[in-house]
Amino acid sequence: MRKLALNDEILLNIEKPARYIGNEVNSVMKDKEKVDIRFAMCFPDVYEIGMSHLGIQILYDMFNRRDDTWCERVYSPWPDLDKIMREEKIPLFALESQDSIKDFDFLGITIQYEMCYTNILQILDLSQMPLRAKDRGEEYPIVMGGGPCTYNPEPLAEFFDIFYIGEGETVFDELLDAYKAYKKAGRSKKEFLERAAEIPGLYVPAFYDVTYKEDGTLESFKPNNSHAKEKIEKQVVLDFNGVCYPEKPVVPFIKATQDRVTLEIQRGCIRGCRFCQAGMIYRPTREKDVEFLKKTAQALLENTGHEEISLSSLSSSDYSRLPELIDYLIEECSERNVNISLPSLRIDAFSLDVMSKVQDIKKSSLTFAPEAGTQRMRNVINKGLTQEDILEGSWKAFQGGWSRVKLYFMLGLPTETEEDMKGIAHLAEEVAKKYYEIPKEERHGRCQIVVSTSFFVPKPFTPFQWATMCRKEEYLEKAKIVKAEIRAQLNQKSIKYNYHEADVTVLEGILARGDRKICDVLERVYRKGAIFDAWSEYFRYDLWMEAFEELGMDPEFYTLRERSFEELLPWDFINAGVSRKFLEKEWERAMKGEVTPNCRMKCSGCGAGTYKGGVCVEG
Amino acid sequence: MKVRVKFAKEGVMKFIGHLDIMRYFQKAVKRAGLDASFSEGFSPHMIMSFAAPLGVGITSTGEYFDLELKSASSSKEMVKALNDTMANGMRVLSIRQVEEGKAGKAMSLVAAADYLVTFRDGKAPKGDWKQRLAEFLKQPEIKIVKKTKKNEKEVDIRPFIYAMRLEGDSIFMQLAAGSVKNTKPELVMEAFAAYRGHAYDSGDFTIHRCEIYADTGSEDAMHLVSLEDLGDEIE
Repeated sequence: MRKLALNDEILLNIEKPARYIGNEVNSVMKDKEKVDIRFAMCFPDVYEIGMSHLGIQILYDMFNRRDDTWCERVYSPWPDLDKIMREEKIPLFALESQDSIKDFDFLGITIQYEMCYTNILQILDLSQMPLRAKDRGEEYPIVMGGGPCTYNPEPLAEFFDIFYIGEGETVFDELLDAYKAYKKAGRSKKEFLERAAEIPGLYVPAFYDVTYKEDGTLESFKPNNSHAKEKIEKQVVLDFNGVCYPEKPVVPFIKATQDRVTLEIQRGCIRGCRFCQAGMIYRPTREKDVEFLKKTAQALLENTGHEEISLSSLSSSDYSRLPELIDYLIEECSERNVNISLPSLRIDAFSLDVMSKVQDIKKSSLTFAPEAGTQRMRNVINKGLTQEDILEGSWKAFQGGWSRVKLYFMLGLPTETEEDMKGIAHLAEEVAKKYYEIPKEERHGRCQIVVSTSFFVPKPFTPFQWATMCRKEEYLEKAKIVKAEIRAQLNQKSIKYNYHEADVTVLEGILARGDRKICDVLERVYRKGAIFDAWSEYFRYDLWMEAFEELGMDPEFYTLRERSFEELLPWDFINAGVSRKFLEKEWERAMKGEVTPNCRMKCSGCGAGTYKGGVCVEG
Repeated sequence: MKVRVKFAKEGVMKFIGHLDIMRYFQKAVKRAGLDASFSEGFSPHMIMSFAAPLGVGITSTGEYFDLELKSASSSKEMVKALNDTMANGMRVLSIRQVEEGKAGKAMSLVAAADYLVTFRDGKAPKGDWKQRLAEFLKQPEIKIVKKTKKNEKEVDIRPFIYAMRLEGDSIFMQLAAGSVKNTKPELVMEAFAAYRGHAYDSGDFTIHRCEIYADTGSEDAMHLVSLEDLGDEIE
């Protein structure tokens, strides 16, 4: 039998030992003597979060279809175990084999959000590996990064051997084949990395030199190795037919954050909201075949036994065969006693009808994401949703028996004025008024409107990548204005207001658009004890500020400074599909409050058309 | 119809808590394609009830839950269907049809359970503990201090120990279980440690539950029958 890396005494004295034992249904066991490549796939957060992530499931399935590769999983040990592992010098291990990560061929880390960066260092450190790639010799695994944050990998550049820019389904086989050949031939790590650098989409940071101007901005970013390319091309799946999708995802014993079957119906979004990185980097929008989805849904439910299925996409309502798919799912799921969860649906007659069929109206709430409080501001961000859409959707929903509405907004958007902030309160008030237009005897008590605001973080490869951010205090001031205005409304008792932490936003902003100099800050703040920054109970803003100060670096260089079109940005060496010219044009249109039509209405020539796929080639 | 599923929980599965085992079986029953009955409403759930929760860290070859089915195939076929989709360490031992209704509910039937307590390597107490076991049991009362959230109270657990003897290097115990009278093997071990005058550490031994019983006897004379034996094989 498998021997666990942790003994009973440890496992019985930590929270949720099930996080560390593997053995889940559909987890893959192989004979380690019979494989050539050991791959540890990591989501650098706690098990329940990591197990909810679709991307890892896709890659886990894809790698394990190869007979020569055994892909296993590893997640961040929670602070209780972290402490024990350090004290007892227990090396971090993979869930399946329970073997030490440091003995693997690859450690692949998916990087989904900025606030997990210190957890990446925790993973390396607990694995008993040097943090910096240059300090890791031949005996250590190749450390790879992937995921949305790698569209600006520079703040993490020194910790990784390779970054994979784009969608994982494309060039991994080529990389693994190359690795196998190099390993068999006894070639060096450097030789392998040179080979990897020739594969499209793979970025080997050590093969690039960065120089800075006196003002701290980038002067040059150039390959220092003949195998490295000037530009790294984002990888895109162009034809989902023939691309595998996991039909047997691992079923956790403990409740994962997303404890359900996830069915990805499309990738990308036609909308082009100017703040949204996903909407830009996943271009072009590609739909999956509806018959494939039906078949997959069935297999997934059969193989997992999950009680719920959820559709995954950036904007489900834009999936052209949605009614057909949903009809099918409603029938299939009612037979199987499975719930359907439908996130990211635009509220209209169709979606209200569907929702009334699949959920309890009294218990569920409707979600709108107007993102900004005034039409002017919504035009700036290119959010097509109008006040009329929201009020009409709410009116229909209230008549249909709903009484709870969630409204999502952002504060700190470019060109924002006090009027825009107050507009958030006014919009919420208008929604409440709609509810009270319904005759009293037909209403179900008071309505509940929850307004949530987050603070805008400019992201690479969006038209807002040049935007300035605010200081923590300014963000809080903005939230105060919204709060006061909500309290001044007639129906204020029906409106609840939440806002996101401002200090986390500042950090996210620094890391999202940071350069290589940030690597030192990361290591320093990690050495000071920062981990699990994404968890408010562990986030320590003070440690971060200390780290900046000790290194003589100014955090505001990354947040408050206005970037010009002329500036060389740390991520400019990546071709993400959307052209620099398009982003600049969109920034200018934003400043003029001009709306850009979505991809199905009219092509705006963003650059993703060169892939010749998805919405760009729809008849 | 109602069936009673007997299962084993061994190996690393001992780290999975009771609630998660319930969730595990809800999914397993679906994977196995058993024709389970569901509650009404927007979040239908399987009609399933477990006999007695098992603490984290304890293994067992005598766990039970009752399950409502709309239709059933043979016991043999259903056992196989479930075992084809079990995680390592989980094993379905039998599925039997049982009496409908509340009186026949597994949870309310529980009267006693068998346990095997084994000291971990090098953790057995020094000296003549094996000889002292019978003596320990001969005491007219065995008092322990039970801590609740609010206070501490002294209880006599002797009446709840139906049997206790040496089995190889392990200690076999048959203890009262269920909602009225009950005690736990840990408490018995704590009392034994106190009796022998040595320190108690719950990490020194492992516990394995072997069986759960119902009492079909009268008030004066207990007659223990395993929960499994109350059901009938479906041919």
